This record gives sequence, C-alpha cells and structure tokens, in this order.
Amino acid sequence: MVAKLQVNDVFKIFGNDPKEALRRLREGEDKQTIFEATGQTVGVQNASFEVGEGQIFVVMGLSGSGKSTLVRMLNGLIRPTGGEILIDGEDVASCSEATLRRIRREKIAMVFQHFALFPHRTIAENAAYGLKIKGIGAAERRQRAVATLDQVGLGAWADSLPSELSGGMQQRVGLARALATDPQILLMDEPFGALDPLIRKEMQEELLVLQRRLKKTIIFITHDLNEALMLGDRIAIMKDGRFVQVGTAQEIVSNPADDYVSAFVADIDRGRVFTAAHVSDDPAHVELGTDNAEDAIRVMEDLNRNALYVLDGNEIAGVVTYQQLVTADRDSGSAGTPLAELLITEYPTTDLDTQLADLYGPASAGLPIAVTDADNRLVGVVEPESVFAQLSTENGADKNENSDDRPLSATQAAQ
Amino acid sequence: MSPSDLLIIPFDDWINLLVRDWLVPNFRPLFRAMQVPITFVLNVLDDFFALVPMLVMTAAFALLAFRYAGRGTALFTLLGFIFIDMIGLWPETMTTLSMILTSVFFCTVIGIPVGILAARSNVLWKITRPTLDIMQTIPSFVYLVPIVMLFGVGMAPGIIATIIFALPPIIRLTNLGIRNVRGDLIEAAEAFGSTSWQMLIEVQFPLALRTIMAGLNQTLMLALSMVVIAALIGAGGLGLVVNTGLGRLDVGGATAGGVGIVILAIVLDRITQGLGEQQGVPTVSLRQALVSLFRLRPQAAAETGKAG
Repeated sequence: MVAKLQVNDVFKIFGNDPKEALRRLREGEDKQTIFEATGQTVGVQNASFEVGEGQIFVVMGLSGSGKSTLVRMLNGLIRPTGGEILIDGEDVASCSEATLRRIRREKIAMVFQHFALFPHRTIAENAAYGLKIKGIGAAERRQRAVATLDQVGLGAWADSLPSELSGGMQQRVGLARALATDPQILLMDEPFGALDPLIRKEMQEELLVLQRRLKKTIIFITHDLNEALMLGDRIAIMKDGRFVQVGTAQEIVSNPADDYVSAFVADIDRGRVFTAAHVSDDPAHVELGTDNAEDAIRVMEDLNRNALYVLDGNEIAGVVTYQQLVTADRDSGSAGTPLAELLITEYPTTDLDTQLADLYGPASAGLPIAVTDADNRLVGVVEPESVFAQLSTENGADKNENSDDRPLSATQAAQ
Repeated sequence: MSPSDLLIIPFDDWINLLVRDWLVPNFRPLFRAMQVPITFVLNVLDDFFALVPMLVMTAAFALLAFRYAGRGTALFTLLGFIFIDMIGLWPETMTTLSMILTSVFFCTVIGIPVGILAARSNVLWKITRPTLDIMQTIPSFVYLVPIVMLFGVGMAPGIIATIIFALPPIIRLTNLGIRNVRGDLIEAAEAFGSTSWQMLIEVQFPLALRTIMAGLNQTLMLALSMVVIAALIGAGGLGLVVNTGLGRLDVGGATAGGVGIVILAIVLDRITQGLGEQQGVPTVSLRQALVSLFRLRPQAAAETGKAG
C-alpha cells in the first residue's frame, strides 16, 4: 500500500500563545487544564495516520472533537500549529500559499456539510468552479462539468440554480464540483449530515458505487458511527482532539479501545459490520462419488457438526444432515447408504462479502450456509449458530467460546 | 470655577493655522488638480443631458422606470418630468442630474474599492469606521468653508462636498455585503484554490452585489439632499433655484425648485431600488446586469424562461 496522504504528529491550537499550550501538552496536561491555565483551545493533538491510495479513511467524532479542524488542515484551510501533512511527499503544513493553491487545484478537493454551492451560479457553473479557477476554457469546462454531473445523475439539471434542487441533489452537485477537477484526494466534511436519513442512506450507497469506479483517496468526516462503519476501510475515532482508536470497522466493533468507544459501539447493528467471512468455518465436505453415509457421519462427529456439504468434483452436489444419515442407516440396516439418495439439493448459499444481517433468513432454515466464490466453489461453511453468536455483543468476537457453550446447554437440556 | 479659567485652548486658531497657513499655500495646486477629473465627468454628462431633447430623456427615464420599478413609477416619471418642464425648470433639473450622477460616479469609484479593502482587513475597517462616522455626523456647513478655501467656488467644489457627504453608505454597505458572504462559500472557493482576486470576482462581489446596490441607492439619496447646500458654494441647478428663492423670500420659486428635487429623488430612488432588487436574483453577474440595463424587458423575460 502506498501512502497517498501521511499525517505525522499534527497539532492545532487556537489562541494567541500556541507555543505555551504546545509545551504544556507535551508535558501531558489535558485540554481542559490548558484552557483554564492559558486560554488556548486545543483543536487537534498528536494526530498521526496515513491513508493509502484508493482507501476511504473515516474520522468519526462528536461535535467539538476536532474532526472538522483536522480535515481542514489537510488542505490548508486551517494551518496546523505543529506536525507535517504529506501529500505525495509534499508538506501541506509548511508550504507556501502558491504551492498550497497548486495542490488544492490539482490534487485535493472538498465536499462540505451544508453543500456550500454558489447560489448565483447554475449547477453546471458550480460543478465547473474548480476548472474555472484552474483557467480552463469555457467550452471544455462546460463539457467536463456536464460529464461529471451525469456521473452523479444530475446532467439534466445543468442549467438550474442550486435553490431549485433538493438537499440530496445539492450535495450531489457538491460532489460533482469536487470530482470535476479529477482530484486524487477527496475531503468530505460530514457531507451527508444535513440530509434526511433515507436520502443519506441512498447517498452512502451511491458513494460506494462511485468509489468502486473512481478509486479516490477519501477522507470522510462523520459523527455517525454507522456511517463510519459502512463506508470506512479504516476508521479513526476522535475525542477531545485526539485519536482514541484507529482500525477497521471489525476491529473497532469487536475490540473497542476504551469505554468511550464501547459506548458508541454498543448500539451498533453488528449484522451490518461483520460479513460471512468473519464467521465462516473451514469448508469440510465429503465426496459424492467416493464417500458413503458412514464416512459422512464420522466427519460430522469429528467436527461436531450437524450437516455436511457433499461435493461432486468441484461442484456442490448438495447437503446431508446427521439426523437423516443416522435414520437412513437404521432403516436400511447397513452403514453404507450411498449419499446420492440422501442429498438435500435445496441449500442456502452466500459469498464472503455478504453482511451477517442478510444471512438471518438463510440461517433460520437450520442448514449450514455454503460460502461460495465467484466460480461457485465451496470456500467455507457458515453454521446458523455462528451467525447469531457473532451478533451477541459480549462474546461475539470469540466464536469458540460460544461453541463451547453449546454442548453444555445441550447437556443441561438433557438433564 | 471652571476648567476654562485655567486654560483656554485656541482650537479654532489651530485649525485656522492648519488650513489657512499650511494646507492652502502648500497644497492648493494639488487640490486644484483633483478637480480636473470631476470637472471632466461633469462636463461630459452636462453636455450630454443638454444635447438630448427633453422628450427623449423623459421617454428614456420612463422606460427605465417601467423595466425596473413597474408601471406606476413609469407613469409618475412621465407626468413628473412633464410637470418639471412646464414649470420651466428642465435645464436646472438636468444640471442637478448631471451633478448627482457625477457625485455618485465618484462615490462608487472610491467607495466600492474602499469597502472591499475594509472588508478584507479588520485594521483598515477599524480606521475607516470612525472616519465614516465623522463624515456622516459632521454638519456639512462645517466643511464648506475649507472646501471653498482649497477648491474655490463653483460646480466642482459643490460636487466634492456632495461626495464627502454621500460616500459613507456605499463604503459601509460594500463592506457589509462582502463580510456577510457565507463563510462556507468562502471556504469552498478557497478549497478549490482560488486566488484572492478570483474569490472577489467569482464569489464575494456577485453575492454582495445586492447589498452594494442598496448602498448605491443610499448614496444617491444623500447626494440629492446635498443639492441645496452645494448651491451655497456656487453649484447650479435646482439647488440654486431654491437658494435664490430663499434669498428673495420668493416662496413660489423655492417651492418650485423643491418640488423638482423631490420628483427627481423619487424617480431615481425607485429606479435604483428596482435595480437592486433585480440584482437580488442570484443569477445576475455584474456584466449581465450592465447588459440587461440596455435590453428590453420581454427579452430578459424570455431568457429567464429558458434558464428555468
């Protein structure tokens, strides 16, 4: 992974004597104490992270956590008090105004919370703003702006005014304006925060679709953890100007760094954070041609499973359950019933990227879910129990603990 | 016992010293030179208004009023101007009009840049604001004397007095308009790499235009109210008619001049207000505004229809 954007040890202190505050900060005093002693407000302290090319890095925090200050330092709207911000190796924190302007024109664009569209310009003119600033001629500007508007589905509105558009549409224009200059880095400051929940969801999905094609490096600011988990390749949780935790959605949900993060994570729909990949077991199976019921029963007993997939070469032939095999063996009086007679050919399948929330239905059938790859090969098996086990907050992270519980409760039930 | 028993400050003598013995002998040529552009613009306008026949001028104003202020004002303009002509004050009205327009022209040329600069620098605004307060509160008679001493008497000094009096609103409102442009729009413009000139031309000025137009309207009204006072130091036009009436206790003459001023004031006020309202439509750039000024109404309407 190449780091497109690297932030090292960045501080921002608001006030007339940042040096003093910085000194106290390095001595370990906290934000509140420094404010009381010196009147200096610590905006961001000691922020370090890097974002790889094509990644979405989400900074999540409540208001006043310094997330907006942080994102504004990345394009120099706010100059940091200390530290360095490297974009392709160039330091935005210390460069000249002219260099900063060049970087803003060429490399980095921004989308704003309240859209910040120019009310006196048409949609196309708004989308073309960055191009105009770069000095691109009117005809090319218009053509590129309209092409970008088409990408966000607003090509037909090119000659309307922003006031004629709904909030969601306005933010699409904001996105188009940022994309029109073809920047490598996109800063998004709570872009969907001012939208209705339904529109917000739609925009989030659309952003992901766009991102799949455009592969921009995105720094996304939000106060909504669900949004962060949905969009972020990596997520930083901010509090009082500091990063409390940085990690992937799964790391943060399954392993909160402290009580602050736990409190956030508590309300999270875990079914939307984890995917089949997180609960998938090894794809143990039996062969249709060579194995018989007895072999299958032995494998199941070894693995402590209730059902097993049967493969015919590379193809999935079907699934057999323990119950069925035992019954069949008893009925026929022999242990070698061919599997073909007992095969259940209606079985649930999924792929590794499917969210757990979408597995509730298939899991409720009671059969293990076959996890297949693009070529329809069996790459894993998801036991129905593990889908629901992962959803329970306390032990969800540790699957084995749950599987240990199972025989115990079975014994208790038997007594 | 009062402080004056202890010390008398010869404030008036100081001012006399400053103006009469230092400014006048040393800087008179400079002040004289300052009149040149004013006289030039005034003469151009004066010649133009003298040249254009009364009916054509009336029609033009009625048309402007119709476009920007509606049918009622257009009718009022028509009747008002005809009335002025019938009471025999048309040439004086045109003189006053060219004076006013000259003053407003210079107020704009000075005021908008100063307002913009003041909006961009808090230090400059801290200096500008009390200066404007003084300009607005000091009775205009006070500066008539030094103006006469420095510039002499006549039209140009009258216009200079008018400019001093009428300048503050346009500076204030330009400053206000620029400062009131939404912060996130400034941020957006900056985030895309605008230079400060691009920011001004592309974002700040167009968005402040409506407020600036309100300032222009105020400046125009103040300039009109200075007409009579400027006539005291030799400016002609309707102010002179009023002053002459005053001097001769000729109530009829003075009233006639007054009525002329009022009619002119109403017409100019309505037209510039209408112009300002139209700027409020957020599409209009400065260039478009100037173009649309010379275009007839139906075409403009057609264009709006097309855009929408």
